[in-house]
Order: sequence, then C-alpha cells, then structure tokens
Amino acid sequence: MKSLLRELVFPLVAVLAAFIVGGIFVLLIGDNPIYTYRLLLGSALSWPDGIGYTLFYATPLIFTGLAVAVAFRCGLLNIGAEGQLIVASFAAAWVSIKLGGVVVDVFGSPLNYSWVSLPAVILLPIAMLAAILMGAIWGGIPGFLKAKFGSHEVINTIMLNFIAAALVSYLTQYYYKIPGDPILQTAPIGTGAHIARLGKFIPGLPERIPLNIAFLLALLACVLVYIFLWRTKWGFEIRATGANPQAAEYGGISVRKQIVLAMAVSGALAGMVGINEVLGFRHRYYEGFSPGYGFTGIAVALLGRNHPVGVLLSAILFGVLIRGGIFVDAFTDHVTKDLVQVLQGVVILFVAAEAAFRGPFGRFGLLKRSKI
Amino acid sequence: MRDIFTLALVFSTVRLATPLLLAALGGLFSERSGVINIALEGLMLAGAFTAAAITHYTGSPWTGLTAGIIAGIAVAAIHAVACIRFKADQVVSGTAINMLFLGMPALMSGALFASSGSTPQIPKDDLIPWTPVVIAFALVPITWYILYRTAFGMRLRAVGENPEAADAAGISVNGIRYTGVLLSGALAAIGGAYLSIGQSSLFTRNMTSGRGFIALAALIFGKWRPVQTMLACLLFGFTEAVAIQLQGVKLPSGDEIPNQFIQIIPYVLTIVVLAGFIGQSRAPRALGLPYLKEK
Repeated sequence: MKSLLRELVFPLVAVLAAFIVGGIFVLLIGDNPIYTYRLLLGSALSWPDGIGYTLFYATPLIFTGLAVAVAFRCGLLNIGAEGQLIVASFAAAWVSIKLGGVVVDVFGSPLNYSWVSLPAVILLPIAMLAAILMGAIWGGIPGFLKAKFGSHEVINTIMLNFIAAALVSYLTQYYYKIPGDPILQTAPIGTGAHIARLGKFIPGLPERIPLNIAFLLALLACVLVYIFLWRTKWGFEIRATGANPQAAEYGGISVRKQIVLAMAVSGALAGMVGINEVLGFRHRYYEGFSPGYGFTGIAVALLGRNHPVGVLLSAILFGVLIRGGIFVDAFTDHVTKDLVQVLQGVVILFVAAEAAFRGPFGRFGLLKRSKI
Repeated sequence: MRDIFTLALVFSTVRLATPLLLAALGGLFSERSGVINIALEGLMLAGAFTAAAITHYTGSPWTGLTAGIIAGIAVAAIHAVACIRFKADQVVSGTAINMLFLGMPALMSGALFASSGSTPQIPKDDLIPWTPVVIAFALVPITWYILYRTAFGMRLRAVGENPEAADAAGISVNGIRYTGVLLSGALAAIGGAYLSIGQSSLFTRNMTSGRGFIALAALIFGKWRPVQTMLACLLFGFTEAVAIQLQGVKLPSGDEIPNQFIQIIPYVLTIVVLAGFIGQSRAPRALGLPYLKEK
C-alpha cells in the first residue's frame, strides 16, 4: 500500500507542477488561468459529449502509451510511434480498400479501387492484422538496426517518422486519392471493415460521437501487455534486458533478440491506432490525422510509470487535455491548443528529473543505454 | 542533369549546411563533456523564434540574434540543471525540451502576433543572410583550437572520457559540463536564428523540421571532432541542396520525380550513416552518465 502511494505521489506532483507552470504562461499571455482551466476541464468532463470525446482521444494515446512503455521496459526510447501509427493506419486503409469492394463515382463514371469484395467477418480481422503487422515491421526496423549495428534507436525512429510520412503521403497522393478530391486522403474503405461506434450499445451516448470499439480493444491491450510483460518468459526477458543488459546477457538472454522483439511489439501497439482512426472513425486514411499521438505517448508512458494501469490513467488525462484544448483554443482570447504541448513537455521534464529522488540509475536501467 | 551541378549548388550546399554545422558544433561541446544533447532541435527552435520576434520588434537583426542566443542559453540551462543537478535521463530530458519548444513558440506567437505559429514578415534589409555562415565556418578552427590546444578543451575532453580521473585532478566535473551544455544552447540558437532571420524572413511553426536531429547525426558521423563534423554537415547540406534542385526536374520518361522521394534523402542518409556503413565512431566514454562524486 505504501509503495502504491509512492507510485502515485510523483506523477500527481508532476501533473500539478505542469498545471502551475502552464497557468503562469496563460497569465503571461494575458488570459485568466482559472477561467482557462475551468473551461478545459468543464468541456472535457461533461456527459455525454465531453466524456465521449475525451475517451475517443484517449484511445490512440492508450495504444501509443503502451507502445512507448513496452520499449522503455527494454531500456529503449521509441520516439517512432508516430511513424509506426502512420504506416499502420495506411496499411489498414489499403487492405480495406483493396479487399473491400470499393467503387467510387468519379465525374459520373464508376472507378473500381478493389481486387475483391470480402465479407466483413474476413475483411475486418485482415484489416486489423494489417495495421498491427505494419506497425510491428516499422518498429522492428530500428530495433534491428540497433541489434545489428548498434545505431541508436532514438535518431533512427525520428528519421523513420519523416520517411513514413513522406512515403504514405506519396502513395495517397499518386495512387489512392480520388481524382478531383481537394483533400489529401484515400478513397473510402469498404463498409465491411467498419467497426461500430459505442453509441450503438450505450444508452445516453449519441452515435455521432466517434468513440468506438477500438476503445475496448485498447482496454484489452492494457490487460494483454500486463500479461505479456509480467506473466510470460518473453516479457520477463524484455524486462531483464531493460533492467541490466549485461546481467541479462550473462543469464543467457539474447539482448539483441529482445531489442528487436520489444521494438516490434511496441510498433504493433502503436499500429493499433489505425484501428481506431481508420476502421472506427474516418473510414479512410486522412493525411495529417495525428496531432502527435506518438509523441504524446512518451508523456503518457512516463507519467504512467510504464505500467498498463498508469498508462490507462494518464492517457485519459491527456485525452482531457486534447478535448479541453480545443475549447480553450476557441473560447479564450489568446491561448491556443499548443498549451497542451507545453503541459506535456513540462510533465516529461518533471518525471525525468525524478531520478534525483530515486537514486541515480532510475528504475528502468535507462542510463545503461548505448551512446548517442 | 548537367546544369544542376553549378556554382549555385556549392553556395546552396554551404548555406544549407550552416544551421546544421552551428547546431552540431554546439552538440559537440555538450557531448564531449559527457551530456547527450538530443535537445538541439528545441534549442534551435527557441533561438529561431526569439530572434525573429525580437528582430520584428526592434528592427535590428543583431539585437534579435543576441536575444536568440540568450534564449538558447536559458533553455539549455533547463537541460543542464535536469541532467547535471537532477541526474535526469538525458535523452528523456532532451525529448521534453523538444516538445516544450514545439509548443511554446506557437503559443507565444498566438499571443503576441495573433497568428497560429508564425511571426510577421521581417523586411529584407533587416535580415542577416551571410554573417551566420561566416560564424559557423570560422567556428570550426576555433572549436578545434579550444578543444585540443586550451586548458578548457583538455578539461572538457577529460570530463567526458573519465570524470573520476578529472575530478581527482581537481577539475570541477559539473562546472565543465554546465559550460558545455550552455555553449551548445548558444550555438544551436545561432543555427536556429539563421533559419528565421537569415535563410527566410520569419519564424514558422516547427521550421527546423528535424535539422537538430540531423545535426546530431552529423556529429556522430563526424566522430565528435570539429573538422569531420563540418564535412558531415556539408554532406547533409549537399543532399538537401540536390534535393531542392531536383524539384520539378523531369525524368527521361517525362514524369517528375515525386517530391516525397526527394524530401526523404537526408533522413535515409542519416540512417545509413548511423548504421556505420560509412565508418564506425566511438562516443566519449562517459557520455550519458551523470557524475556521482565518491562519498
């Protein structure tokens, strides 16, 4: 109980500190911090719109938070969740277009984008798997590069973010955009790959709110990540590698294999954002849909202590910030939604500096990482 | 294809290498002292925004540049205190600073200029298109001299390689590290300022677009040495210059080369370089480790 309390105290202090620093900025900019924060929380926690949207925004953050957390447990910092979720979302859209029987009317004549039209029971699992696999591949690349050549995953994942954005943008623009569409987005996916909104099942929650079954998948992912990390041999080996790579190697664990595995699992989790975004919400790939979910995932994981329960709680907190940020942007004189970005940065900074209060080598063996 | 490789390409290479070189030399001072500086991106953004905003208000790019440098030093001080005083994980702290300064300029420009993330245009006469280039390349021999021919440089390298021995020899490990990190803030900020009041005429949201990270890759590629780092920066500048030249160029088939493929050249090159296909490099031995004084 005492340790649980200690686990909770520092994240709360970090959040409080971030809000105070953010409040000072709001004041300097010329708005009223109390009004701003009241607006932020009020718009994010009202029923049903506030809570519905907050949980909808929290869904991708649960996935990216878990992704970053799994990598952290192996002593790796995955800044590439953003690129991983982009390629995965595109893959989900691509599969659901190619196999979903998509015919679009272009200037009066039909244009067929598909090879076949598969029924939903087959199409939906394939589309989900495509997102997960593509994420795993894109995450596995920097893992492989680190295991094989020792090149640092932080810079490689950042580079892969840029490469992912460019490649997907190229494919969208040249091959999957409907001719004449002014927006950079693909054709719509087959209806068989759509997943239901939760409004269908929950009384009082209107169906116009995009919160969908992917949220339940995110909760399931929390449970599965817990089981994977703490109840399986692979998970144990990942944590052993993160805690002390030298000792793990002496103990007969292949550190290189764990690095690739952890990065692939991390990428797969980040890729699941595509399920929420493409299959659950927009029903197409839309360029620039992510306001930095991958990067916010770092803050979510650090604040959540790289534990699935913590990740869930902090993802909801950041969901509140995103939802509230939109209202703050619209209804204050000067403050923009960039306030959320600043709050994130301050949270990470405080959590990072926590090592000073816990002994120099932190909890996750991060300091034993390779050199940059 | 022939007319691409002209004198214009040489100038373009030098100009595009300049912000990378300034940030990379900054990173050199920090990393040679043992502190990983992944915050170069954020430091550049802080410098770029401050320089553009102050130049807009005062009409003097020199005041703007000075203000940018002060901002860079101030932001680097956050990283330094987190890493040295609070022994934070240096990569995580750097990431936090990068996030903070992706949002901060946008937030402030919203308040100051009622825009979403950019400063107003600065008149052409108030720009400094060449001075930072001269500073950057002049700093290469100066950095070499400081690093290998002065007592400070010797101490900096000692602290980064073997802080215990340096401490035993009476060198203040943390003092040297603070100096290294603050210097990196100043230099990276000049690099950022060059982007906003040298190459272009305003600050735009996230205008560094990964240059801080490419500078870091150049530093690693250059084996943490000034001259090699300069060559690496020139190589990255060259690929970027070629990429710009190739825009709109038609292939023999008549198609244009898609812009997206040209954009990713520097990023792919960075990955190839880091994988050691073009030579391995060894980091300062104590890089990333906070120094704990023996009790």
